[in-house]
Amino acid sequence: MGLYLPVGPQHPIHPEATLIKLKVEGEHVVDADIDASFVHRGIEKALERKTYVQGLFLAERICGICNVAHTTCYTLNVEGLAGIEVPQRALWLRLIVEELARVSSHLLWLGLLAHVVGFESLFMLAFRDREVVLDLMEEITGGRVTSGYNVIGGVRRDIDAATAYKIKSSLAKLKERVVKYRRLLEEDPIVRARTVGVGYLSPSEARELLAVGPVARASGIAYDIRVNDPYLVHEEVPFNPVVYDTCDAWGRAMVRVGEILESIEMIVYALDHAPSGEIRARVPPIFRPPPGENVTRVEAPRGELLHYVRSDGSEKPYRYKVRTPTLANLPAAISMLKSRGDRVVHIADVPVIFGSIDPCICCTARVLVVNEKGAAKEFQLDELAAKRWAR
Amino acid sequence: MALVFDVITNLFRKRATVLYPEERKEEPGTFRGVLGFERSLCIGCGLCWRVCPASAIEASRDEKGARPVFHLDRCIYCYLCVEVCPRKAIKASSRRAPAVEDKRKLEVS
Repeated sequence: MGLYLPVGPQHPIHPEATLIKLKVEGEHVVDADIDASFVHRGIEKALERKTYVQGLFLAERICGICNVAHTTCYTLNVEGLAGIEVPQRALWLRLIVEELARVSSHLLWLGLLAHVVGFESLFMLAFRDREVVLDLMEEITGGRVTSGYNVIGGVRRDIDAATAYKIKSSLAKLKERVVKYRRLLEEDPIVRARTVGVGYLSPSEARELLAVGPVARASGIAYDIRVNDPYLVHEEVPFNPVVYDTCDAWGRAMVRVGEILESIEMIVYALDHAPSGEIRARVPPIFRPPPGENVTRVEAPRGELLHYVRSDGSEKPYRYKVRTPTLANLPAAISMLKSRGDRVVHIADVPVIFGSIDPCICCTARVLVVNEKGAAKEFQLDELAAKRWAR
Repeated sequence: MALVFDVITNLFRKRATVLYPEERKEEPGTFRGVLGFERSLCIGCGLCWRVCPASAIEASRDEKGARPVFHLDRCIYCYLCVEVCPRKAIKASSRRAPAVEDKRKLEVS
């Protein structure tokens, strides 16, 4: 005997449209499924209608919070395709802004975790501190959230000495507060009661279900694109990937808070050691890369982000494909939501578990085809390949 | 429990928020705000409406030739047109776009 309990698509705990279908027995969740196909925006198709330079601004809007990761990935991808040389200083500046965006994203997530576990003071404090980073982003890039900083061929603006000093002094203050929050997560009984042992994902499962980012790193898998496949100047900037082996929501929180501190160290180091020179190579507003394809991976705040481009030699991409980290983490999330053996998942844990993967649904939605009778069908990759849709 | 002290001291600290409509935060000079257009400098080359990713710039025609019209309601403030303009006729500013009831008030030409 089981009862089906839908959580969503409109649910106060997850503002984005997700349907979590739970099969419950009493208070225990025995089976789960996630439907994330409510907000398909057709961005991949729209990218085929834009020139490479215009597409950058659409790629930036795939996700609001990790927009810097998306532009970094897009620009590296198109530069690799067209063989554009980027000045060295631009790569350092991209790294600085990317890590700033990571700090902002993780602080936002920390606030949401606090909100989900019912710790509203920490929610307020995390959002207050995120403002420090957003003000810095506005100062450096000219936009608080949608930065518009990376462009094909480099970056738009340089960071001068006065701004660098301001960044360092603001981040020093922020660091003190984040250290305090880390101690709080380690000691606070409310946070520990709601997160320790919740959302268990064993290392073997994490590997099998291809979890990425902080979810994998909290399950003891030291997998970070910045180490495994460095894409900017990560070889020259010292940092330690944060890895925990508690395999639960608490570990994921600790990984993210640890990454904030690591990112702050990286930004300060990069500000001190960035070489001087050009920041932008000249790229015409409309250009035609040679036919070919390219793949780039970037460590977005939520995990591994993958962009693929195929060119047929025209000024617009023939195909553009984006694989966002949340999509990679959904199978792991479903696995975490199921009770197994003596690891029982309560209904009250569902928001914490689903929140612990840092879901960003709007960049994840997949194709859903609804026929005239209202029956919906989702297509898998091999089915699409079998159909060979003509363009 | 570590936060209790912080929460109590916060009662006596300065407010972290801004009481928005009455007091406003100063935008930094680097902020990407609304566009300005100097019509006398424009040569009608058409680069701006060709690069605009949001189709916010339309071509119009006057006695001197083709000239752009900027629809700020559609503008995403990417500043591609500012960068691409050969005569620097499109001006950057750090002003925010005002809230209006009529979209035509957001046209710049």
